[in-house]
Amino acid sequence: MENVKRQIISILVNNQPGVLSRIAGLFSRRGYNIDALTVCATEDDRYSRMTITVTASPATIKQIVAQLEKQEDVVKVVGFDGKEVAFRELLLIKIAVGGAERSQIVDLCALFKAKAIDINADSIMLELTGSTDKVDNFIKNLSVYPILEMARTGGAALERGGGSMAREADAADEAADTTEKK
Amino acid sequence: MLLSGAQILVNCLAEQGVFNIFGYPGASILSVYDALTASSVKHVLAAHEQGACFAAEGYARRSGKAGVVLATSGPGATNLVTGIADAYMDSVPLVAITGNVSLDKLGHDSFQEVDIFDVTMPVSKYGMIVKRAGEIAPAVRRAFALAESGRRGPVLVDIPSNVFDEYAEYTRETPVRPSPRSPLDDEIARAAEMLNAAKKPVLYIGGGARAAGAADKVAELAARLRCPVAVTYMGLGCFDPDSDKFLGVLSAVNGLPAAAIRECDLFVTVGARFNSRYGAFGALKKRRIPVLQFDSDRAEIDKNVLAAHAVVGDAALSLAKLLPLVDEKEEADWEYPALPDMREVNRGTEIISALSRKTGRRTTVVTDVGLHQEWAAHNCKIYTPERFLTSGGLGAMGFGLGAAIGAHFASGDPCLLITGDGSFNMNFNELTTAVKHHIPLVVAVLNNNSLGMIRKLQAASRSKSNVNAPYLNVDYAALARSLGARGVTVSETDDIESAIDDALDGPLPVVIDFRIPINTGI
Repeated sequence: MENVKRQIISILVNNQPGVLSRIAGLFSRRGYNIDALTVCATEDDRYSRMTITVTASPATIKQIVAQLEKQEDVVKVVGFDGKEVAFRELLLIKIAVGGAERSQIVDLCALFKAKAIDINADSIMLELTGSTDKVDNFIKNLSVYPILEMARTGGAALERGGGSMAREADAADEAADTTEKK
Repeated sequence: MLLSGAQILVNCLAEQGVFNIFGYPGASILSVYDALTASSVKHVLAAHEQGACFAAEGYARRSGKAGVVLATSGPGATNLVTGIADAYMDSVPLVAITGNVSLDKLGHDSFQEVDIFDVTMPVSKYGMIVKRAGEIAPAVRRAFALAESGRRGPVLVDIPSNVFDEYAEYTRETPVRPSPRSPLDDEIARAAEMLNAAKKPVLYIGGGARAAGAADKVAELAARLRCPVAVTYMGLGCFDPDSDKFLGVLSAVNGLPAAAIRECDLFVTVGARFNSRYGAFGALKKRRIPVLQFDSDRAEIDKNVLAAHAVVGDAALSLAKLLPLVDEKEEADWEYPALPDMREVNRGTEIISALSRKTGRRTTVVTDVGLHQEWAAHNCKIYTPERFLTSGGLGAMGFGLGAAIGAHFASGDPCLLITGDGSFNMNFNELTTAVKHHIPLVVAVLNNNSLGMIRKLQAASRSKSNVNAPYLNVDYAALARSLGARGVTVSETDDIESAIDDALDGPLPVVIDFRIPINTGI
């Protein structure tokens, strides 16, 4: 079997009903596994951004990108290889600790740059942002305590540097229009 | 001018150059039927929405332009799904327009409410729900542009019934289509190098070549390369069937293309998919035969078989750019072994050959799905693309009768439907539509009183079971007469030539019930 790798795919889509369903449906019916998925607004209200993390072989990832690119509502697809990209997940986690153990938790939070955002007599809720590995590691360290519940988002990712997917897509559209007029 | 949503819809269809649409009324779409009475667009009432959808497909496959099907909400809409899926698999331009329950009733499990937008999502190129009359015209124009451009396919436009009765401004517009995709020069140059270096290439031509109108370019390329040409079901008609280089359709009953694949040193596809139905492509990987792929859809490249090189673009534009760069090969360069004729001959194929000969080149041949489909693909001489219509990717039994009716409306052609008793049983109700419109249609039912393809699959399987009990010995000639058509029975032992001459001598449509032995071709 080919080597699988984890890949973050950032997709700019038209901001309209049914798009999430269409993209998610594409992944399920073609048998691609989604590790994580985030949909959010962008700086341009015509578009939404979907950030999808997949683990697949390079050939499959190429096929996924090709299938995404031909969707009518997909404006632009960029596969991030992890180096030139800022990627963050958000974790909220609630642990049943009180009194004496709390200081140990505070130490851990300092190491991970996590924040306590709700404190009760017998529980504490923490917030952490970071890479998938960092969040995994934080949860692992906390797992010696009774975890009451947690919520974890998929990733948000942006390419480093001065680029903008929406602007690039618009510029490409304009260039295509000019060519057609010629 | 201020028009109702229904009038806007019908005006948009006329604006797109549509003459005939196919459909079936229901409460949620009745307003459109009112608007149609005052329109140049003629509605053909089918017996069943599935038949209407196949008719719209037949219209599209024959004309190359989008077929239009109209259906009501709920069951009307769900009855379209097989036809929409069929159009999706074979890249047929189709615009399916469904009425839905009114906006205030949407989402309440109202009477005849189905979320057809979501139901059709995985089997359509695109879908839209139109919630205001002012959005109908842009949605319909976009649906046609999408259906007919790039890799073509079905587009759904779902309109809640109250939107048909709202008023909005309408201004006529000229239809706009995106220009076909031009290939990159360096991709073409590399392809030409590969072709010039190859000693024994084989061409494999599919629906992409037909959709792009590239048949003449295919002929030119094959002539330069002096190489054999195989086709897919969708590509049949893109190459001269009388040429000694013609290998026919790759399928279970024609071993010729598979033999050619094993011998070639470059396998060249033009707008053809590597389907999963036949094992012949396995030889490409096993023998490390390089594949050169021409396709308008980048997602087809490397999907099922890895390509050594690919050119992404419209087939006609790609071949036009390629041809000046391809060297003319000498016959002496050719190292290809002679291949034997590997076509199966049986009572069914003999009937089909005779029918093809007697109905002539101007006839559009349509098939259903089953053993007769493969026999038809190998024994009908098809000289023009778009004169052989079949359900290739989906393999939808019951496709043929609706498709033949649609093909006639698109072209005025006489039509020959080659079907089996199994497929005909699925949708023979559309015979009423053919009778009503005096369609010059010959329906040849190759009647083995059994599901031949299933028998063949079961005979080949380990279980050797046979769930397929013989049918009820239907008298299709009598059935045809009861529906207003002419009906003729030809027995297993009748002389084929004279029986067909007799059967064709009389008014159409006619159903010829050809009794053939139950084990024909198994």
